[in-house]
Amino acid sequence: MRKIRTYHEVQSQTGDLLVEQITGQRERLRSRLAGIRSVVAVGSGKGGVGKSLVTANLAAALASEGYSVGALDADLNGPSLARMLGASRGQLVDGAEGVVPARAACGVLVMSMELLQNDSDAPLRWRAPSGDGYLWQSSIETGTMREFLADVAWGELDFLVLDLPPGTDKMTRLFQLLPDLETMLLVTTPSEMSRRVVARAARLVREQGVPTVGLVANMTEYVCPDCGHADPLFPGNGVARLADATGLEVWARIPFDPRLGEASDRGVPVVPAGVDTPSARAFRALAARLVNVEEPQTEHLR
Amino acid sequence: MKFLCMHCDQVMAFAERQLPGDGTLAAVFGCSSCGREIAMLTNPMETQLVSSMGIEIGGKAVPEQPMQLVRSNLEGGREDAFVEEERPAARRPGRVEWTPGAVERLGRVPSFVRGMVKRIYTDYARERGIPLMTPEVMDTARSDLGLEGM
Repeated sequence: MRKIRTYHEVQSQTGDLLVEQITGQRERLRSRLAGIRSVVAVGSGKGGVGKSLVTANLAAALASEGYSVGALDADLNGPSLARMLGASRGQLVDGAEGVVPARAACGVLVMSMELLQNDSDAPLRWRAPSGDGYLWQSSIETGTMREFLADVAWGELDFLVLDLPPGTDKMTRLFQLLPDLETMLLVTTPSEMSRRVVARAARLVREQGVPTVGLVANMTEYVCPDCGHADPLFPGNGVARLADATGLEVWARIPFDPRLGEASDRGVPVVPAGVDTPSARAFRALAARLVNVEEPQTEHLR
Repeated sequence: MKFLCMHCDQVMAFAERQLPGDGTLAAVFGCSSCGREIAMLTNPMETQLVSSMGIEIGGKAVPEQPMQLVRSNLEGGREDAFVEEERPAARRPGRVEWTPGAVERLGRVPSFVRGMVKRIYTDYARERGIPLMTPEVMDTARSDLGLEGM
């Protein structure tokens, strides 16, 4: 039998350089994030609790305070952040330092799958051989998130706010991309179902060791726009029970406000719009709370 | 992955890459000693699996482009999603001019990836000191870089 040389015995310049390619990806991500003072992930685990609405209005509230803010829509399959910030028809620029994100009227830089799809109502589809999509789909979506983080020319930001999709599996993927994530907001509602799901997400976040975690209670009550009387929207006290069970503090309570939903549909965040409603005040307070938490890192700012 | 010519005991060199269809990636390797060639045909599903990680089989022919994974794989990309940055000519080292024929050829590339493709061609010309981009230079670049379909 002929003796064939081993892989390592054969000297060759030809090679996939897999390790080098993956290392290069990680290095680009690390380098890009170095210019961002604070990455804040807004998640829940639960769908329909208002994560995107909270992300959009929080980002806009921070921008209205003079901070440089980016908003990244990590919900690839159900993007809505660009629309809520009024930037859904914004264009991306192929720049020397990467892809320059769209800029919303309130000054927030936006990156979302919505900016890339021709038909914003079409489901997300990848060009690929038919079948076996379950094998590569999560990989390509994680790769897309990596590109949204690393290939977008975010520049020097005070805050990059991420709008996470529902599902704790998506949170796990994010933690793998951002192992040093420092701040996470978990959005919940007073419903019992939300309490259960968010408690699960809170456990995952704790296991990950994210140092700063706050609860944002959405749709806590309905405030009459005429007399200001507030009534709870849900029976029970799911938010307090969640806070007790997880040991997490409630950073904001955002009342249900049809005007907030209507403004979001129009792409107008409430804080920069200058309206003085209970929900707008709640977002200002949430932004102030976040700034205070990050103060040691942002003390040079206004 | 390496290919050894059993006849010459020489490492076969990468010659060209083709996408014959069906999601198959064909990588041609040749022996510089005896001239024998082989074509490695990948399983489309496995190719997609590797591609979904943003990794290129055979190594990167060109430097990674911004959002290359998304642009290469998204179906139904918005035609006007990307616009090219306008930069002052003075800031561009080794400026490459495009002939009308090259511009026309580039115009056939879907706009979703056009900026990325233009950058690849421009970098190719700049690195080789080619001041004028022509369809012929584009053909050579395609062959050299394995950019079938671009």
